[in-house]
Amino acid sequence: MTYTFNFAALLPYWEIFLHGCLLTLALTALSTVLGLSLGMLTLLARRSRHAFLRAFGVSYVEIIRNTPFLVQVLFIFFGLPQLGLSLSPWAAAVAALSLNLGAFSAEIVRGGIDAIPRGQFEAGAALGLSPFQTFRHIVLKPAFRVIFPALSGQFVLLLLTTSIVSSISAEELTSVSQSIDSLTFRSFEVYIVATLLYLCMSLMFSTLFKAIDRACFSYPIK
Amino acid sequence: MVREFTLNEIWMILAGAQATLILSAIAFAGGGVFGLLVALLRTAPVRGLRTLAGGFIDFFQGTPMLLQLFLVFYGLPVFGVHVNVWVAAAVGLTLHAAAFLGEIWRGGIQAVPRGQSEAASALGLGYVDRMRHVVLPQALRMSFAPTIGFLVQLIKGTSLAAIIGFVELSRSAQIVSSATYKPLWAYGFAAVGYFLICFPLSRYAARLERRYAVAT
Repeated sequence: MTYTFNFAALLPYWEIFLHGCLLTLALTALSTVLGLSLGMLTLLARRSRHAFLRAFGVSYVEIIRNTPFLVQVLFIFFGLPQLGLSLSPWAAAVAALSLNLGAFSAEIVRGGIDAIPRGQFEAGAALGLSPFQTFRHIVLKPAFRVIFPALSGQFVLLLLTTSIVSSISAEELTSVSQSIDSLTFRSFEVYIVATLLYLCMSLMFSTLFKAIDRACFSYPIK
Repeated sequence: MVREFTLNEIWMILAGAQATLILSAIAFAGGGVFGLLVALLRTAPVRGLRTLAGGFIDFFQGTPMLLQLFLVFYGLPVFGVHVNVWVAAAVGLTLHAAAFLGEIWRGGIQAVPRGQSEAASALGLGYVDRMRHVVLPQALRMSFAPTIGFLVQLIKGTSLAAIIGFVELSRSAQIVSSATYKPLWAYGFAAVGYFLICFPLSRYAARLERRYAVAT
């Protein structure tokens, strides 16, 4: 092996790497808030009395879940201007990430509520609890036991998915790494550093979520 | 010169699906072989092997697939391997699939009741026979639905190979888009192509999952 690694060449760019990480986290946070709201609306649409809304909810979820994120983001950024809707790269990235999380989170939450046996709802009604009280005191916590781990996994996946928006040159960790690559020509080193930064961020969040899960949603051992 | 968007262009895009399917098949087959190895190491009786496999899985589950492809694409030449995009995409996706399938099948192996392998040991079966005839057949059957679910993820993931220049469904849509200036149609048809491949598989996985849920 004749290749000599030169990580020192990247040292002057550490602030740009850090800036990229912060942009990635901001992108993830913003898309999480919008995406979860969209997911709840989708869930409501799927439980609506109107067949049209139900069909809309189902189609949205299935289309997003069965096409690649790359095509979704290219469609939104390059395709929609053809219909007169032009978005900046960052806005298109947030829109695509939120639409993506909306579909997946709707499916996860639905799965969590479906996991509650029907008898639990019926028992709540039999005890004279209102539907809201039943939901609040009987359904919510066990549903969260199913939902929370899946949703936190989805959050980490979203964090990793943000790297794909570099393809529409929205600024985040991967796209700043690409610019550092074109300045230093140390491609392998640049992407090793970027990959390790992603690894740190995702491990940080998965450890945090595991701790929250253990503290709030674990079954009492005794 | 701007080309018209005609049936011919639609055909050009959908022809890219062939490379998508071949790449998916290679990565799924390669990932299956290495994934089985990862799953066995992850459940091995030796602690060092378990840690090693765990680290491999954590790395691939904790980093973006796009960066994994970049590392292979820029990293293989460092080790003196001549890169062509087919090799880079196939190696990157195979490693990715090995980690995810390894984790899915580890779950399957651990879900097989302990008594099964204890009974096999009591009958005098060694590790290989115990795994091959007793544990793995049950483990793989239990993890069949999530395996198909991951196949859908993998097919969608092959689109990222477009970014390192591999011509498949997404890349051919990009090419048509820049030749015709009709990105809405180009990416729309690419999405239709993926949907036609992935939707039936997703439905199949969901049906398997329901059937398994009823059986238990």
